[in-house]
Amino acid sequence: MSRVSHSLLAQPQVRLGVTLTALVLILAMIGPALAPVSPQSMVGPSYGPPGPGAMLGYDYLGRDVWSRLLHGGRSVVWMSFAASALALLPGAIIGMVAGFSRRRLDHAVVWATDVLLAFPDLILVLLVVSMLGRQPWLIVLTATISFLPGVIRLARGLTLGISSQEYVEAARLMGYPYRQIIVHEILPNIAPPLLVQFGIMLTWAIAIFSVLSFLGYGVAPPTADWGLMISENRTGLMIQPHAVIAPVVMIGFFALGTNLIAEGASRAKARIKPRRSAARA
Amino acid sequence: MSVLPSEACLLQVRNLSVSLDDGTRIVDDINFSVQSGKILGVVGESGSGKTSIATALLGDARDGAVISSGAVLIGGRNILDLGAVELRHVRGAVVSHVAQDPALALNPMVRICDLLDEMLFTHAPELGKSERQRRIREATSEVGLTVTPEFLRRFPHQLSGGQQQRVLLALAVLLKPRVIVLDEPTTALDVTTQARVLETLRDLSRHRGIGAVYVSHDLAVVSELVDDIMVLYAGRIVERGTREQILSNPLHPYTRALLEAAPDIDGEHAVRPIPGHAPALRERPAGCEFAPRCARSSERCSRKPELKDIGADHSISCHHAMATPWLAERQERPAPMRRAAAALATLSSVSAHYGHNPVLSDVDLELPRGRCTALIGESGSGKTTLARSLVGLVEGARGSFVYDGRPIVLHGSRSREFRRKVQYVFQNPYRALNPKQTIGDILRTAVHHFFSIEGAEAEREIASSLTRVALPPEIARRHPRDLSGGERQRVAVARALICRPELLICDEITSALDVSVQAAIIDLLRRLQQEASLTILFVTHDLGVVRAVADFVAVLQNGEIVEHGSVHTVLENPGHAYTQSLVANSPRFRR
Repeated sequence: MSRVSHSLLAQPQVRLGVTLTALVLILAMIGPALAPVSPQSMVGPSYGPPGPGAMLGYDYLGRDVWSRLLHGGRSVVWMSFAASALALLPGAIIGMVAGFSRRRLDHAVVWATDVLLAFPDLILVLLVVSMLGRQPWLIVLTATISFLPGVIRLARGLTLGISSQEYVEAARLMGYPYRQIIVHEILPNIAPPLLVQFGIMLTWAIAIFSVLSFLGYGVAPPTADWGLMISENRTGLMIQPHAVIAPVVMIGFFALGTNLIAEGASRAKARIKPRRSAARA
Repeated sequence: MSVLPSEACLLQVRNLSVSLDDGTRIVDDINFSVQSGKILGVVGESGSGKTSIATALLGDARDGAVISSGAVLIGGRNILDLGAVELRHVRGAVVSHVAQDPALALNPMVRICDLLDEMLFTHAPELGKSERQRRIREATSEVGLTVTPEFLRRFPHQLSGGQQQRVLLALAVLLKPRVIVLDEPTTALDVTTQARVLETLRDLSRHRGIGAVYVSHDLAVVSELVDDIMVLYAGRIVERGTREQILSNPLHPYTRALLEAAPDIDGEHAVRPIPGHAPALRERPAGCEFAPRCARSSERCSRKPELKDIGADHSISCHHAMATPWLAERQERPAPMRRAAAALATLSSVSAHYGHNPVLSDVDLELPRGRCTALIGESGSGKTTLARSLVGLVEGARGSFVYDGRPIVLHGSRSREFRRKVQYVFQNPYRALNPKQTIGDILRTAVHHFFSIEGAEAEREIASSLTRVALPPEIARRHPRDLSGGERQRVAVARALICRPELLICDEITSALDVSVQAAIIDLLRRLQQEASLTILFVTHDLGVVRAVADFVAVLQNGEIVEHGSVHTVLENPGHAYTQSLVANSPRFRR
């Protein structure tokens, strides 16, 4: 593991990704404590320009953009992590069981994931939210369900490959319980690609939740939220651009950061290295 | 063999060293030369650096390693001085490479004709299409392939192993290179196929004047093919000479030990393992690398011996070169076993299908208790299927199976007791152990599963099972990746032994191992069989190993047992034509 993390951090892109993600995470977590004023209180002129006491100016209702920015990260961060993590665990288990059983259960799982995969995830989330309401847990759950088939398919495919390895066959011959084979023989050997998939899901979740807030299906106003801020202030883009650009940058940093890490992890997993020009030192 | 002036030699290697990035030497100070039309055999155990030398001849080193010094002169030009672009032109055209496993070396999505054409097109774009096709036809027929347009349009998976290897050989000679480097090219092939590929190779090198470097662990194969032999140990040349010198009058203790470890189909000498094991890369001794395993070592061996000429074309690196003529210990042949012991397992009329193709048809086999029965046959003969059907791994197998007086369903779930008593050891030690578990974990799981033993008692069991397979108990803390192939296979045997089995099914368990390691595993099985009166089913394609390990032999051809009897009868007076061809084609020591 240490060797993987070492080759991971050796990549400059990954170091950038970690920096960006850490920046966003720290801001989202401790930001509210740093905010100079309440994100809901109207303290200045609407679309007021940046000045002393308001480094990013005021939004369409005259609220402090900097304070709203510091408060607005929490929902997208926790929702993204929750949706990805919730999809990872059951998805991996279902996928491993399906891949290892190679019987009717496997066919059923493949069929079910095919059906789910046919729905574009954003449309699915929009459909559910517009029908059932915009409770955060519901949004997270729907996103989780839309991510599940990807994880299941990945875990199943990897398990199929591992199952033909002789150490898994040896474990079956010994008559070890299935649970033990899955947890001890298969899971550790398919964990790295699953973690890469987690990173990819995280990036997708950030995009989905930001889009939802922007469309008005996410967090309800007047709560501060990056997606919502973009949507609320977009009419004043020409007068007070900071109110839009600041949350855009934050979402961009977050998505870019997680994506760089996930990509670097898959590169480190495949041991792709910059090729030396010649073997000679 | 001596280092001739460079004009006279096609390939000359001077002071070649390959090191890891941190400076650890993989091979050190390698000097040799090959003349045109000659074949040099490079022999050594795994980890001796033979593949590093082979790839260095093409100016390449594996990831994490570099060619740290030396020169590889082909026709007087040092290919290690070339830049990346020049090197690409040289590879394939001046020096080419044939890899070990043809199934892995061929891209499954590329047709044979496209593969060959691509090679020509890359290196000789000036050739027209018809000229390229002519060259392809020429090269493929030269390596003994029956060339039809239909054949050339096939994908690699539609070819047999022998055909695949011939395609690789054709690819290697397509551009008429001056040197071919062959890295264990016949290891994955059957004996009859191997014999034909070797013959082809010999003709090619003679007629074309190609210099060949043939890297192998198999002394018998090397003895049939090469002109000169270079023996490597722990990254250095220990002995170098003509084939006759090395095989009839080896002077280095390691060479002798290696020859004594090689199984011999004629059973004229006993198989003797080399004590200890080859040092790991970072644990090589400061002095003579072989000293810790050498019976003749003395204080002088703490100094590194130099490679010295001791006669015409014969060099050796040892402080105690053996002056006495070499006589391999003659094997005392045990009296042929006339009365078979009672059967532990009896299979009758066993059939199995793969899709619609029959793999086994009406096979009858008896495994006498406390004896080792070898199951031989070429790939595709159904020997592995038969072995796997015993443990219930073959779906749709039919027939009757009586184990210890009790009928067992061929495909179906087995009792816990049966699973414990019948242990299966797999062919490939690199895939048989979970890479994420320590050796201790692997053994602990087994002992806990069958005996519900934990804690100190389990640790004692683990230590004793590791000791029985001649591994230090400390190895329990290591991961499979820290172990050599032979050590891994021993762990796999230890995993079987810790279950206290009655029947051990060994599926080609030595075919991925070095001769000295193989000899040790054979020795181990022999010992276990005597100590624990273990019944063994030994699946193999190597008749030399059969001679060394088995009491009885069953010969399988196309899913049918064509001959069955004691080792002596079957190997010395084979009755069936197929057995006769197997015996005739098996590599023998030619001295």
